Amino acid sequence: MDMIDATFAALADPTRRAIIARLAQGEATVMEIAEPFAMSQPAISKHLKVLEGAGLITRRVDGTRRPCRLAPQATDEIWEWLSMLRQALDQNYLRLDAVLADMKSETKGTGK
Amino acid sequence: MSKFTLIIQGDNHVIVTRHFAAPPEAVYRAHTDPALVQKWLLGPPGWTMPVCINEAKPGGAIRYEWSDGKGAGFYLTGEYKELVPNEKLVHVERMHLPDPTPDNHVETRFEADGAGTLMTMRMTLPDSATRAAMLATGMEHGMEDSYARLEGLIGANAKT
Repeated sequence: MDMIDATFAALADPTRRAIIARLAQGEATVMEIAEPFAMSQPAISKHLKVLEGAGLITRRVDGTRRPCRLAPQATDEIWEWLSMLRQALDQNYLRLDAVLADMKSETKGTGK
Repeated sequence: MSKFTLIIQGDNHVIVTRHFAAPPEAVYRAHTDPALVQKWLLGPPGWTMPVCINEAKPGGAIRYEWSDGKGAGFYLTGEYKELVPNEKLVHVERMHLPDPTPDNHVETRFEADGAGTLMTMRMTLPDSATRAAMLATGMEHGMEDSYARLEGLIGANAKT
């Protein structure tokens, strides 16, 4: 898998997306990241390993702690997802176009 | 050629613009008449909005509930702050996933643009982390079909 596939695969999991959202607020340890999840630290560590492998997070050594933070390029990767959000909104607005066209023909049809 | 834009602005704004081939009165009505909102504000294919409360008056309640028909769903609540008929809507909204997200302050303007309407929606989030989380959440709930396609692609790649 190339890097972009690894990014998509890493972000396809809701827990990993939630971890990314948490790290968007700043650096955190495994324990801090695990806290809001009903998951063991090893399970969270597994997710962190996937995110690290995809280049989305980096970890540094601080004594016995290995705090995680978002990788600088992760922000760019995340904003790429914006284009997908655009597509979903665009679908809504295409439907709204159809609703507006219906409203127009109704007004004409009934002479309202 | 794109008649639709979504950009981020400053630390905590998201701006959406869209042109519609209908006058501002019609676009405004399609945003405030629950029976019309239910027809288009749906997200991914297959999702519906079984509950749509939209009280278009200052202080009026907004509640949208979405369902995928297979037991998954989420909802949004909000309140209207200000309404200028056919011109402007100001409301706050939050998603319940099921915990409520921080308030998103949304100002939507409808301006005559030729024979149609230019809609500009300006969202204001409390801070950039909340904005990132909101966009991630939008991905989460609006993107399942895209994910399915991607996963198919990734699966196909992994095999080669």
